[in-house]
Amino acid sequence: MDATRLSTIPDLEQVRAALRPAVRGIEPSGRIVVVARPGGVGAGWEADAVARALDGVVRTVGKELRGGATANLVYVEPGVTPGDLASTLGFLLEGRSAFIDGQSWRVAPAQVAAAPLAAAPHDGRIVVVTGAARGIGAAIARTLARDGASIVAVDIPAAGEALADVANEIGGTALQLDITADDAGARIAAHVAARGESIHGIVHNAGITRDKMLVNTDAERWASVLEVNLRAQMRINAVLLDPTTEGGLADGGRIVGVASTSGLAGNKGQSNYAASKAGVAGLVIAMAPDLAARAITVNAVAPGFIETDMTARIPFVQREVFRRSNSLNQGGSPVDVAETIGYLLDPSSQGVTGQVIRVCGQNLVGA
Amino acid sequence: MHHNVVVVGGNRIPFAKAGGPYTQASAHDMLTAALDGLIARTGLSGTRVGEVAAGAVLKHPNDFNLTREAVLSSALAPETPACDLQQACATGLETTMYIANKIALGQLDSGIAGGVDSASDAPITVSDPLRRILLRANAARDLKGRVAALSRIRPAHLAPDAPRVVEPRTGLSMGEHQARTTARWEIAREDQDRLAVASHHALAAAWERGFFDDLVTPYRGVTRDAILRPDTSLERLATLKPVFGGPEGTMTAGNSTALSDGAAAVLLGTEEWAREHHLTPWARVVDAQVAAVDHPGGADLLLAPVGATGRLLARQGLTLDDIDLLEIHEAFAATVLATLKAWEDEDYCRGLGLDGAIGRADRSRINVAGSSLAAGHPFAATGARIVPTLAKLLHERGPGTRGLISVCAAGGQGVVALLEAV
Repeated sequence: MDATRLSTIPDLEQVRAALRPAVRGIEPSGRIVVVARPGGVGAGWEADAVARALDGVVRTVGKELRGGATANLVYVEPGVTPGDLASTLGFLLEGRSAFIDGQSWRVAPAQVAAAPLAAAPHDGRIVVVTGAARGIGAAIARTLARDGASIVAVDIPAAGEALADVANEIGGTALQLDITADDAGARIAAHVAARGESIHGIVHNAGITRDKMLVNTDAERWASVLEVNLRAQMRINAVLLDPTTEGGLADGGRIVGVASTSGLAGNKGQSNYAASKAGVAGLVIAMAPDLAARAITVNAVAPGFIETDMTARIPFVQREVFRRSNSLNQGGSPVDVAETIGYLLDPSSQGVTGQVIRVCGQNLVGA
Repeated sequence: MHHNVVVVGGNRIPFAKAGGPYTQASAHDMLTAALDGLIARTGLSGTRVGEVAAGAVLKHPNDFNLTREAVLSSALAPETPACDLQQACATGLETTMYIANKIALGQLDSGIAGGVDSASDAPITVSDPLRRILLRANAARDLKGRVAALSRIRPAHLAPDAPRVVEPRTGLSMGEHQARTTARWEIAREDQDRLAVASHHALAAAWERGFFDDLVTPYRGVTRDAILRPDTSLERLATLKPVFGGPEGTMTAGNSTALSDGAAAVLLGTEEWAREHHLTPWARVVDAQVAAVDHPGGADLLLAPVGATGRLLARQGLTLDDIDLLEIHEAFAATVLATLKAWEDEDYCRGLGLDGAIGRADRSRINVAGSSLAAGHPFAATGARIVPTLAKLLHERGPGTRGLISVCAAGGQGVVALLEAV
C-alpha cells in the first residue's frame, strides 16, 4: 500500500479501508507492505503523528495476520526514486524476508537506477564474514556465496576445521584469526590485498556470550563480551576504512553489524551481551551519516530466536516458549538472518543506511 | 625451460602422540584434512591443481593409492592427478622436491606435496608362513586341496606382525643407531636436554604469537600440537631414565621424538601461477641434494644429510654464513648436535668427499620455531611441516634470506634443500 500521500488523521481511514479486505483475503505467507513518508521531514505536526500512527497499525496487523503472513512498513524519504526502493520492496515481498514482521525502516535517496532485481547481486565482490565457521555465520557465508560473493571466511584458529569446510564448500578462502588481536584488521586487509582486491562488505557476525546475572558478573566477563562483540569490530572498521589501507573497504562498500533483540530489549542474565549488542545498534546509527560521502552504508541486523546449535542447547520448555513468543509462532532460521544481510549488502540497497532491522518474527520483546 | 618454483602456502593438522586423539583416524582421513585446510586457506576449492604427491611410511596395503584417494575425498577438483612417494622420514621433503622439479621443468604449473603417518593405525600383517599357507589355499583347485593347505596352520603362525622401526641390515632400531652416534660424537645428556627444552619453548612461542594461524588447521578437536609441553624444563627432563644406549645412555623419551600421528601439505607453483591465483610467494625452492651413508659398514646412520649439505652448499657456492635459518630435523636431540659437530669436523667432512669442514653454525639460527621434538614426528609428514614453516619464516625476514633444511631418513639416507625468500 502506497501511503506516502497520507498526512491527516482522516486520511488514516484509507489504511483501514485498504487493509481490512487485504488481511481477510491474504494467502498463507503473504505480504503486506506499507510505504509511507517518515516523520521529522518538516511536513507538520499532524503528518508526523500520522507517520507514527502507521507504525502502530502495521505492528498490529503483523500480530493479527496468521499462517506466516507478515506486515512491514517502509518509510521513504523525499526524493527517493523507484530504483532506490526496488531492492527493499523485492526483499520484503519475497521469501527472503520470511522472519521479518511488524517492522519499519527507512530508505533514503541514493539515485539507484531502476532495474530488475539481480539474480546474483554480489557477483565477484569480496565479502568478509567473521564467525563464519558455524551457525548464523556459516549461513551468511553460504547465502552470500550463492548470490555471487567471494567470501573471506574468518573465525578463531580453534574453529579452523569447520571454517575450512565452509570455505571449501562455497569456494571462498578461510582466514583463521582472533578478531580481538591488535592486528586483526591489518591481517584481513593483507589477506584481501594479497589477492589483489578490495572489500565490498564486511559482516561483523562473530560474537560470544558470558551469561550471568549482573550481580554475579565480574569485570572479566563484562570486558570479554564487549571486547569481542563491539570493540573488535570498531578496531577492524578503523583499519578497513582508512583509505591508505590496501585491501580495505572500497567506497560504495557495506558494513553490517549483528545486534540482537536481547540487546535492544534487554535480557535477564545478559547485561554484558545486551550492552555489546545494543552498542552495535548505536554504532551503525552513528557511523552511517559520517560514511555517506563515501557511499558506504552501515546497518545492523538484530536476530531474535534463531534455531542454531547454540539455541538447541536451551532446555526444551524454555526453547518452546522462546519459539512461540513472536507473531509467526516459530523460531527463525540462520538463513533468515543471512538473507537480510544479503539485502543490505546488495549494491542496489544504497539508500538503506543507519538502519537496525530485527529478524525476529516480531518478537514480543525487542521493539 | 627452467621456471622459478615458489612455496605459496602450507597446512598441517596439529600433530599428536600415537594412541592419542587421532587413534581412530586413518592416514587417508588425516591427509584429506591437511589438503582441505590448505585448499580453504588458499581458495582452491574445485580447482584442478597440477599434481599432488604425498606418501606415508607406515602404509596399509589398501592404501596403495593413498594420495589419489585423499585428493578425491578433498575439495580439489577430482581431475587433480596424484601419486604416492616414499623416502622414509624424508618423504615430505622428497615429495616437495618431486613437485618442485616438475614445476621447474615446465611439466606442472602448480602442485601440492605432502606426507602423512599414523603410528596409531600402523598396518599389522599376518606372519610369513601363514601368508604363504593362505595364498596356497586360495590357489588350490578344490576343497580337498584347500583343506590340505589350511591344515598346515600352526598356532605360532597366528601371531600378527606389527611393523618394527628397525634397520633391516643391522637389526638396530633408529634409537639404537643414534645411541651409537651419540656416544661416538660424545654428545652430553645435558646438551640434548637443553636442545629439547629450546625446541618446546620455541614452538610454544611461535604458537603464542599466532605464527601457525595460517599454517595449521585444527583437527578432531585438537587445536595445537598435542605433544608440545610449553612449561617443560631442564630440571624436569633431567629426571627421565635413558631409553637408548643402555643404562649409561643419554637419550631419553624427553630428548627423542615420540611416535606420532599427523599430516602436512605444502603448496608450490610458478610465480606466474601464484600471481594468477592471488597467492603471495613466500620462498623460492632453490636446490636440493640427496645423500646416503654406508651404515651397514658402520657409518653413522642419521648423519647422511651431512654429505648432502656439503655438496649442496658447494654447488651453490655458499657457506653456512650465507644461510640465515637452519631447519635440522630433530629425530633426536643428539641427531642435531652430532650433525653440528660433524659439520665442524674437517676429517669427517673430507671423509665424505667434501673439500673440508662445512663450518660452525650459529645456534640462534637453528629451528627457531621449534622442531620435531616439540611438534612430534609423523614420519612422512615432517618434511611437509618444515618446508612451509621455513618458507614463512624467511618471508618474514625479507627477500633474499636463505634457509637450509636437513632431514635424515631410514636406510642411512638424508635429504637437504635450500629455500630463498622472495
